Amino acid sequence: MTDETLLSARDLSLHFGKIPALVGVDADLWPGEVLAVVGESGSGKTTLLNVLSGRMRADAGAVWYRDPARRLHDVHAMPAPALRALHRSDWGFVHQNPRDNLRMAVSAGGNVGERLMAAGNRHYGNIRAEAIDWLTQVEIDADRVDDMPRTFSGGMLQRLQIARTLVTHPRLVFMDEPTGGLDVSVQARLLDLIRSLVARLNIAVVLVTHDLAVARLLAHRIMVMQRGVVVETGLTDQVLDDPQHAYTQLLVSSVLQA
Amino acid sequence: MSAPPQMLRVEGLDKQFTLHLRGGLHLPVLHAVELAVHAGECVALAGPSGAGKSTLLRSLYGNYRADAGRILVRHDGEMVDIARAPPRTVVQVRAKTLGYVSQFLRVVPRVPALDIVAEAAPDRSREAAAALLHRLNIPARLHALPPATFSGGEQQRVNLARGFIGGHPILLLDEPTASLDAANRDIVIAMIADAKARGVAIVGIFHDAEVRGRVADRLLHIAPLQDAA
Ligand SMILES: Nc1ncnc2c1ncn2[C@@H]1O[C@H](COP(=O)(O)OP(=O)(O)O)[C@@H](O)[C@H]1O
Ligand SMILES: Nc1ncnc2c1ncn2[C@@H]1O[C@H](COP(=O)(O)OP(=O)(O)O)[C@@H](O)[C@H]1O
Ligand SMILES: [Mg+2]
Ligand SMILES: [Mg+2]
Repeated sequence: MTDETLLSARDLSLHFGKIPALVGVDADLWPGEVLAVVGESGSGKTTLLNVLSGRMRADAGAVWYRDPARRLHDVHAMPAPALRALHRSDWGFVHQNPRDNLRMAVSAGGNVGERLMAAGNRHYGNIRAEAIDWLTQVEIDADRVDDMPRTFSGGMLQRLQIARTLVTHPRLVFMDEPTGGLDVSVQARLLDLIRSLVARLNIAVVLVTHDLAVARLLAHRIMVMQRGVVVETGLTDQVLDDPQHAYTQLLVSSVLQA
Repeated sequence: MSAPPQMLRVEGLDKQFTLHLRGGLHLPVLHAVELAVHAGECVALAGPSGAGKSTLLRSLYGNYRADAGRILVRHDGEMVDIARAPPRTVVQVRAKTLGYVSQFLRVVPRVPALDIVAEAAPDRSREAAAALLHRLNIPARLHALPPATFSGGEQQRVNLARGFIGGHPILLLDEPTASLDAANRDIVIAMIADAKARGVAIVGIFHDAEVRGRVADRLLHIAPLQDAA
C-alpha cells in the first residue's frame, strides 16, 4: 500500500454572500479508500464535493490530484480541457438525481457506451458488449439495453448512472447522496451494489450523505461537517460509536441506529 | 525454547466520556489500566456490569478513542500504538492482526451469512467460511440467507465465524457465549482452545464463570470508577 494520497485539499474556503459553505477545510483520500462526508442539510457537503472535483472554485485553498504516473495536478489551475478529460477517464461523478448525468433521449446501452467512446474507444462491437456487461453488473437485464431511460424506475436509473460512471474504470468517484430519494428497499439493493463494486474494483470514493447508516456501511473514514466547518474526522466506527464533538454526538443520538 | 512473544501491551490507559448533550458531563470509565498478553494466552476481563470491560475491549480495537496511555499491538513484527495510529493504519492492523467479536452481530440488509463471514477474510476461500459456519452448527440452508431473521444464538455464531475466519494473531471477544446453549458453548470453548494452541493471544469478557474457568489463564479486574464531580 502506498503512502501517497490520491487527492488532497488544503484550507478550502468558500462563501455564498454571508453564508460560509466551506471554512478552512482540509481533506485527504488514499487509493481504494471510501471517505464519507456527513452533516445536516446545508452544512456544505455538496459544495465540498463540487470544489474537490473542480466543478466549482473556492475563494481560497487548493486541491491536488495525483495521476497514475504519480504527477500532481493542481485541480483548480488545470486547463478546462484537461479537467474535462480527467472527468471522462480517471474520475467519475454520481449525482443524487440520475437525470443530471444520464442522457434521457439515448438508450440505456447508449448511455453506458457513450462514456466509453468519450474515453476514446471506437470499436462498436466492443462498446455494445461492454455496455451489456455493465448493465448486468448493475443488475439491469441485458434485454433492456435498447430501452430508453424514461421507461426505468428510480432505482434502475441510479444503477444505470453507476454503470455509466464505472464503465471507464475510474480510480476516483465522487458520489452525492447516491441513495437519496429512493424507497428503503431500493436503497438497500443499491447500497449492496455500490459496496461490492467499490470493494471489487478498488475505487476511491468521496461519498456525500446525510445518512449515517450509509456512511457506516460504505466508508472507511468519515468527515463531519457543520456550517462549512469539519468538526470531526476519523475512522468510521470510531466517530459513530465514540463521537467526540457535540455536533457529532447530536447527529448520532438523533438516529435510531446507525 | 524462548518465551512466547508479547502480542499486546496496554500502558496507563485512561478513558472517559464527555456527554455534551448532558451539559458536558464527564464519565470516567478507565484509569491507568495496565495489561500485557503473550501469544497463546487468554486474559479474561472481570468486574461488575457497567465497570468498563466492553469499553476496554473496544479501546483495544481502536473503536473507542483512548484519552491517555498506549495500546501497543504487535503488527508485522513491530509494536503499533493503536491509541495514536492514523485511521489507515488501524484499518490495516484490523485486517491482519486484530480480530474482534462484538457482543451483537451488526446485520447488513441483503448480505447472506456466508458472505458476512467470507468478506471478513478476503484471502480465505468460501469453502473455509462454510466449514466454519458448519463447525458452529449453522446448517447449509441458512448460509445463503441474511442473518436479520436468525435467532440471537445463530447471529452470535455467525459473528463468531466472522471473528475466527481471519486467523488473526490477537482476538478480542465480548461475551462470545452469552446466548448459546451448552452444546454450542462447548464448541466455542474448543475453538478458543484451538486458537490458543496456535499461539493466538486472547482478551475476552466471559459472563459465564464456567466458560471463564475453562479458557482464561488470568483475570484482569476492572473496578468501577467513582463519578467525577
Ligand atoms: N450556488 C449557491 N448559491 C448560494 N448559496 C448556495 C449555493 N450553493 C449552496 N449554497 C448554500 O451553501 C450552504 C451549503 O450548501 P450545500 O453545500 O448544498 O450543503 P449540503 O450539501 O450539505 O446540503 C447552504 O447554506 C446553501 O444554501
Ligand atoms: N459510547 C459511549 N458513550 C457514553 N458512555 C458510554 C459509551 N460506551 C460505554 N459507556 C459507559 O461506560 C460505562 C462502562 O460501560 P461498559 O464498558 O459497557 O461496561 P461493561 O462492559 O463492564 O458492562 C457505562 O457507564 C456505560 O454507560
Ligand atoms: Mg447536498
Ligand atoms: Mg459489556
